[in-house]
Amino acid sequence: MTLLDRNENDMAVVTSARTGAKKRTSHRRVDKTFYAFLLPGLVLFTLAITLPAVMGIFYSFTNSVGFGEFSFTGFINYIALFSDPSIRSAYGFTIGFALVTVAVVNAVAFLLAIGLTARIRAKVAMRAVFVLPMVVSGIVIAYAFNFLFSNSIPAAANALGFGPLESSLLANPNWAWVAIVIVTAWQAIPSTILIYIAGILAIPSDVYEAAALDGASAGRQLRSITVPLTAGYILINVIIGFKNFLNSYDIIVGLTNGGPGTSTTSIAMSIFQGFTNGDYAYQMANATIFFLIAIVIALLQLRTTRGRASL
Amino acid sequence: MSTQIPLATSTATGELAGTDADSVTTRRAGGRGERVNWPVTIVLIICSLAILVPLYVTLTMAFKTTSQAVDGNAFSLPAPFSVDGFVQAWNLTTFPRSFAISIGVSALTVVGTIILSSFAAFAISRNWNRRFFRWSFYYLLAALFLPFPVVALSQVKLTGLVHLDNPLGVAILHIMFQLGFSVLLFTAFLRSIPDELEESARLEGATTGQVFWQLIFPLLAPMSATVGIFAFLASWNDFVMPSLITSNPALQTLPVLQQIFQTQFSNNYNVSFASYLMAMAPAILVYLFTQRWVMAGVTQGAIK
Repeated sequence: MTLLDRNENDMAVVTSARTGAKKRTSHRRVDKTFYAFLLPGLVLFTLAITLPAVMGIFYSFTNSVGFGEFSFTGFINYIALFSDPSIRSAYGFTIGFALVTVAVVNAVAFLLAIGLTARIRAKVAMRAVFVLPMVVSGIVIAYAFNFLFSNSIPAAANALGFGPLESSLLANPNWAWVAIVIVTAWQAIPSTILIYIAGILAIPSDVYEAAALDGASAGRQLRSITVPLTAGYILINVIIGFKNFLNSYDIIVGLTNGGPGTSTTSIAMSIFQGFTNGDYAYQMANATIFFLIAIVIALLQLRTTRGRASL
Repeated sequence: MSTQIPLATSTATGELAGTDADSVTTRRAGGRGERVNWPVTIVLIICSLAILVPLYVTLTMAFKTTSQAVDGNAFSLPAPFSVDGFVQAWNLTTFPRSFAISIGVSALTVVGTIILSSFAAFAISRNWNRRFFRWSFYYLLAALFLPFPVVALSQVKLTGLVHLDNPLGVAILHIMFQLGFSVLLFTAFLRSIPDELEESARLEGATTGQVFWQLIFPLLAPMSATVGIFAFLASWNDFVMPSLITSNPALQTLPVLQQIFQTQFSNNYNVSFASYLMAMAPAILVYLFTQRWVMAGVTQGAIK
């Protein structure tokens, strides 16, 4: 706001004196060209994003199979959702998976960010390596990991005589989710590290100097300075991460495709099955619930970032 | 939503991307001289293996012969060194066509995202005192919070209806999903450009269109680079949208094509890894040359 409004009044005076109150000087009329700049994006966005979102909510109150005739059924889809064991298991799996992944990603990324801001050798190269997984396609790296989990690791475990890993992790209904956490974390840690690095670098160095003069150990500095002073960044990373992990799809497709059985079927997967299974309206009700959860998270995020403005 | 935050963090990201290590290292000096912290360096090198080993396996598997690829030792070096995998991946699958389609979709996404979002950001930032423009900004930004699964099925329906169930439709959707993030970055940047430049151009009789193309758009170049790189990475790596939207399997992009190795050719590991490598390589190459923008973009986009 402030940057934009700066000088506007002064300039208005100057311009109106010279050009006779045209264009920007008048606060009542906007140059029509500006609409031509804004509208293409706005209209396309409305057609491509808003319209489908509204349609989805609309159809969630019908019995549509995705095409042809339909009639309104009120909240029947929603009621059915809550008693559907496959939906419940998808939500249970996705939320549990997102919570575990958020914890793993943030703990690892925070420690790595501290390491990457320390006085290390080859800092630039090191950062380049740690950010690299961010630019690799999720599905492709999941296929590569799929090979490691189903072939290489069991082969290595066999050779070493380590029982638990001799069969593929991905084929085990109780533990396949661990593989998904590992690969998701592998890809999500880089961006989380970058945000933590920004947070750590924003701490004034004299805080550390004062603490060191008072004889605070490195561990004590971490607990009493680094963690509290990056609390805002931790919160942002936790919220962004949780939101992203709730959407998980690619990596699961590449590793387990929802299996074994339906043990690793995520919410996104269950929604996408809506067309193939002919229960479009039903999955739209599912999507609407999912949307409500996303809105709650978005509000949390907005509150957090607004709070951060003071940092 | 305070929109000045992206500007505020640019100091931190500038430092982050900087090659001059001194300004960074003194921050954690803790009064202990100028020595390199070797224990931390060594721990980080060990940690980096978690990133490098899967990539190493992808690289070496791709250059093995089929018989070596199935021997169970994923960590060995290729012996003999073979490019058979690449040749077969190129010839047995529709790789060349999918490669071309991926390039087309990504190029359209990059150009479309830069143009549409810089247009919108220009109009918004220069009319911020008007409700319609200000609300448009928040409206476009709201998409950052919208999960794709919520709109996916209806998008499949709609794109089918208007015959955009093809790579062009995928590119349009990619642009739309990049719009919020990109408008946010452009708007923040436009606010840092002084009005005086524009005013003097206007005094000389330039129209709004001329001001944009001759003055603003060239000034936006560094931000266009960030926006373009993110649009490229998102589009090139995307799996879910093309797999749902494109109805003709022959017109799929590279990430979707890789599914073929889970069903056919599932034992030709050298072929599948050669194909994975070729699908990943363009994004990795772009990243290696544009790290600075990638790193800065993450921080600016996240702290919105």
